[in-house]
Amino acid sequence: MDINELAAYGYFFLIVFLVVGSYSYIYHLYTKKKDSSGVDYEHYSNMALDDDIDSTPVKPISDEKEK
Amino acid sequence: MENRPLEYDYTVAKMFMVTTIVLGIVGMSIGVFIAFELAFPWLNTILGPDLAEYTNFSRLRPLHTDAVAFGFTVSGIFATWFYVGQRVLKVSMAESKFLMFIGKLQFWLYVIGVTAVVISLFMGYTTSKEYAEFEWPIDIAIVVVWVLWGVSIFGLIGIRREKSLYISVWYYIATFLGVAMLYLFNNMEVPTYFASGGIGDVMHSVSMYAGTNDALVQWWYGHNAVAFVFTVPIIAMIYYFLPKESGQAIYSYKLSLLSFWGLMFVYLWAGGHHLLFSTVPDWMQTMGSIFSVVLILPSWGSAINMLLTMKGEWQQVAASPLIKFMVLASTFYMFSTLEGPIQAIKSVNAIAHFTDWIVGHVHDGTLGWVGFMIIAALYHMAPRVFKRELYSKSLMASQFWIQTLGIVLYFTSMWIAGITQGMMWRAHDEFGNLAYSFIDTVDVLHPYYALRGTGGLLYLVGFFMFAYNIYKTMSARPVEESELQNASPMGA
Repeated sequence: MDINELAAYGYFFLIVFLVVGSYSYIYHLYTKKKDSSGVDYEHYSNMALDDDIDSTPVKPISDEKEK
Repeated sequence: MENRPLEYDYTVAKMFMVTTIVLGIVGMSIGVFIAFELAFPWLNTILGPDLAEYTNFSRLRPLHTDAVAFGFTVSGIFATWFYVGQRVLKVSMAESKFLMFIGKLQFWLYVIGVTAVVISLFMGYTTSKEYAEFEWPIDIAIVVVWVLWGVSIFGLIGIRREKSLYISVWYYIATFLGVAMLYLFNNMEVPTYFASGGIGDVMHSVSMYAGTNDALVQWWYGHNAVAFVFTVPIIAMIYYFLPKESGQAIYSYKLSLLSFWGLMFVYLWAGGHHLLFSTVPDWMQTMGSIFSVVLILPSWGSAINMLLTMKGEWQQVAASPLIKFMVLASTFYMFSTLEGPIQAIKSVNAIAHFTDWIVGHVHDGTLGWVGFMIIAALYHMAPRVFKRELYSKSLMASQFWIQTLGIVLYFTSMWIAGITQGMMWRAHDEFGNLAYSFIDTVDVLHPYYALRGTGGLLYLVGFFMFAYNIYKTMSARPVEESELQNASPMGA
């Protein structure tokens, strides 16, 4: 197997991997609906809608500070 | 001073708003002029034969493309970053003297870099690589400006209050990383003066790549410059400004995430379509075509997400010229991301390659999508950063219609011109002799070139209306102390 053939196989499997990866990501997003910290993905839109400097962050950088 | 509540600091955003407008005027004016040069060739020597070097099409064309891409658009990207970045991360630039200094340094180095670009291109210094014409000393300056922007982005992220990064920030980061990678690799060049031990011009350099490899790297860069200057950061803008201006949450935040990864994965492979029917390997050309077609999915994912954000709120499109700009921008995004893949199909490309249809495609993307979105972003920002009401809503509405008409004239004339050209070039008689000579096509195309110039002129007129509107807004007496909330004053 020369380097070109190796590159072609590598390329093919990279594509397969990325296709599987992206469909799994879609499946994950739409079944779980929430990220690991329990925030609904759709709530992240509020980062733009409510963005005054004194607005409460959707997910504060430090929970202690907010309490 | 101590008693004043913390506010967002838009100093650097305002500085880049000014360069967005000034460089927009410079780049678009040159564009209109050279469009008329193609229709009326005597304009090439308008200042006489002695100065023809400075007024001919080939000297001015890189000035046009570089001024609108790296002047107008990149300034717009910087201006909106220094506005959006603070707001979605909920941190003010006023909180860090260091970041404020870096931001200002970035601005002034950028201005020096742009001046050097304009002067050197006018003088005829060029690497002759499309959209990468700057000679090596300027490339180094540009890298410094870009690194400073990176320090600003990651510095602001480092001191943020909001833990999650809003989708626009993802797109700004992708812009930063994408352009850095593309620019460095495509501009690898050898300064000949130093390599040869003192022969020739100090400014001159040659590419480190040769022949077909040079073409491949060039179009990997060239097409992804479209990706990471004309697409990715503009999506960053619309994901912030459209929801904010309309008061509507993004239709599907999940869709924004997956179209982000789709775009990142697919775009980088599509550049090969610029080299169809050239000396690059056949499989690479096919790959370029296929990935260009697949690119429709993530592009439309973002565009449809934007249009659906307006679901149930379409009366806002009628009421607000600012929403009109953004809705038309995402419509033109859909339009040009369908047109591009069609042109990348080999059999279509056999007619379209090297014709004016390509020029038309670029311009419905840049004038309709990039231009309109940056204009809309600045209109949204102006009342908030200058703390004054926008000068004139009716002027803005007139600008919208004049520019829309300009874009329509531009791309329809280029469609007809391009397909006519493509068909005439390949037409032959029964013995295989070409039916037309090149000058026959030039004769036929004249009216379309004149129409294209007129379309461009209308867009430029609209841009002057925009500049005037912003100028009157920033120079007016301040009307209110508190920051304007969700909807723009013209939304009511």
